[in-house]
Amino acid sequence: MIDNLKKVLSGPIFGEAVFDLIRRAACDLPPDVESAIRKARENEAPGSRAQEILSMYLDNIARAREKQVALCQDTGLPIFIIRHPLGLSQRKMAGLCEEAVAKATKVQYLRPNAVDPVTGKNSGNSVGPGSPVFYFEEADADSVTVHLMLKGGGSENVCTQYSLPDGTLKAGRDLEGVRRVLLDATRKAEGKGCAPGILGVCIGGDRSSGYNHSKHQLLRRLDDVNPDPVLAGLEGRVLREANTLGIGPLGLGGKTTLLGVKIGSLHRHPACYFVTITYMCWECRRWGITIESDGSWRYIE
Amino acid sequence: MTNLNIPISQQDILSLHAGDSVTISGIATTGRDAAHKYMVETLLNSGKTLSAQDRRLLDELKSIYNGGMIYHCGPIVRNENGKWRIISAGPTTSIREEVYEDSVISGFGLRVVMGKGGMGSRTLAACTKNKAIYVHAIGGAGVTSAEKMVEVLDVFKLEEFGLPEAFWKVRFHNFPGIVTMDAHGKSLHEELGREFDKNLAELLEG
Repeated sequence: MIDNLKKVLSGPIFGEAVFDLIRRAACDLPPDVESAIRKARENEAPGSRAQEILSMYLDNIARAREKQVALCQDTGLPIFIIRHPLGLSQRKMAGLCEEAVAKATKVQYLRPNAVDPVTGKNSGNSVGPGSPVFYFEEADADSVTVHLMLKGGGSENVCTQYSLPDGTLKAGRDLEGVRRVLLDATRKAEGKGCAPGILGVCIGGDRSSGYNHSKHQLLRRLDDVNPDPVLAGLEGRVLREANTLGIGPLGLGGKTTLLGVKIGSLHRHPACYFVTITYMCWECRRWGITIESDGSWRYIE
Repeated sequence: MTNLNIPISQQDILSLHAGDSVTISGIATTGRDAAHKYMVETLLNSGKTLSAQDRRLLDELKSIYNGGMIYHCGPIVRNENGKWRIISAGPTTSIREEVYEDSVISGFGLRVVMGKGGMGSRTLAACTKNKAIYVHAIGGAGVTSAEKMVEVLDVFKLEEFGLPEAFWKVRFHNFPGIVTMDAHGKSLHEELGREFDKNLAELLEG
C-alpha cells in the first residue's frame, strides 16, 4: 500500500491534484459557507444595507465560480494540512505543493503573496520561507488527505490572543471568561476582517500551538456540531450574542456579524490560560482532497 | 443612489452624506502601501529636487487625481497578448494609509478615497477641509469589482513595487460603494462604533 503511494508521489498525479485543489479553493466557495451567507441575507431586514451587501457577496461567489477566477484579489496565505500514513516523505510532499503553488500563481489563481520582510522583495511565485504553511499529521490511513485553506491578510491582522485573567474585561479563567474575550475580539474586529466572519478558537495550549489549533477549527463545516457538548453550548451562545452587536456585513450595521464560532481546546500549563482567536473572513476558502494508493483522487467535505 | 463622474465637483461631494450609496465612473488609479509611502515621502515631502522620472509621475498623478479618486486595492491583473486586464480587485484595508492620506488628499486634490474598513480622524479632517469623501467598497467581492474596472490604461512603478502594489491607471464604470466618511465631518464608522460599544457593554454586564 505504502509503496503504491510512494509511486504516486513520484509521478505527476499528486502535483496535478494539489494544483486543482488550489484552483478550487481560490475560485469556488464551499457550499456550507455560501449557504450560511444565503441564510444571513434572508435574515436581514428587507432592503437594508446589510441585505444589499450580502447580495453582492452572493453575486461575487457566482461570478467567480462561473469565470473560474479568484473570488478575492487577496488569495491569502496558502495553508496545507496533510494527513498521511507512515512512510511517506513530508519534504517530498511539501516540495510538490510548493511547485503547485508556484504554477497556480503563474496562471493567477493566486496572487504573488510572499514578501521578504528584510529586503521588501516579493518572491513572485508565492513561495518562500514560511510560505506556503504546512501542517503534517501521521494517520492510520491507506490514503493521503490534503486540506488547503487560503487565509487572507486583512482577516489575519485582526486575529488575537488573550491571556486570562483579563481585569479590564472581568474575564477569569473559566468558560465565562472565554465568552467575554470572544465577544470583545468580535467587537474589536468590527468589519476589518471582512465581516461576517468565522471565529476559530483555541482555549489553552501555548502561545504558538493555540494559533495552530484555532486555525484548524476553521476546517470544520459551519453546520457541524462540536462533539463536546460544553463547547457546543459555548459556540452557540457566542454566535447568538455576537450577532446582537450590530456590526453586520463589512461592519456597516446589521444582524449578521459572525457566520460561525468553532472552539477547540488543548491542555494548558497550570500558570497559563490563553484564548486564541483566528478570524476568518466571510470568504472562507477551504477544500480538501483524498489521494488513494491507486492514484485516483477526489474532493472531500 | 448617486452616480459620480470623475472629475467630481465640490458641489457633488457636499451633496453626499455618510450612509449614501454611490457608483463611480471615470479614470482613477489603484494605490496601496508602497504607493502612499512613495507619494508622501518622495513626491510631496522629500524637500529634494525630484528626478525627471519622479517629476513626470508627479505631474501624471496630479492630472489623474485632481477631482478624482485613489482606490486602495492590490489587484490581480493579467497580461493577455500585451494588454492588461483586471481579474480580481476588491478593496484592501485602508487604515494602513492613515498616516499618509491627509497629505495625499490635499497634495493631489483628491475627491474620493476608496477602500475598506474606514479611516481615522486625520483623514476625516482632511475630507472636511478639502471637500473629499471616503467610499467603502465591497470587501471580498474581487470578481464583481474587477468587472467594473473596464479598461487598464497604464501602470506606474510595476517593476519597483510589484504587481499588487503598483499604480494601475484604470477606467471605472459604475463602480459601487457606500460613503462612510463625508465632507461634513461625519464618519459612519465612528457613529456605528459607539453603538457596538454599547451593545458589547450590555452583553458583558452582570
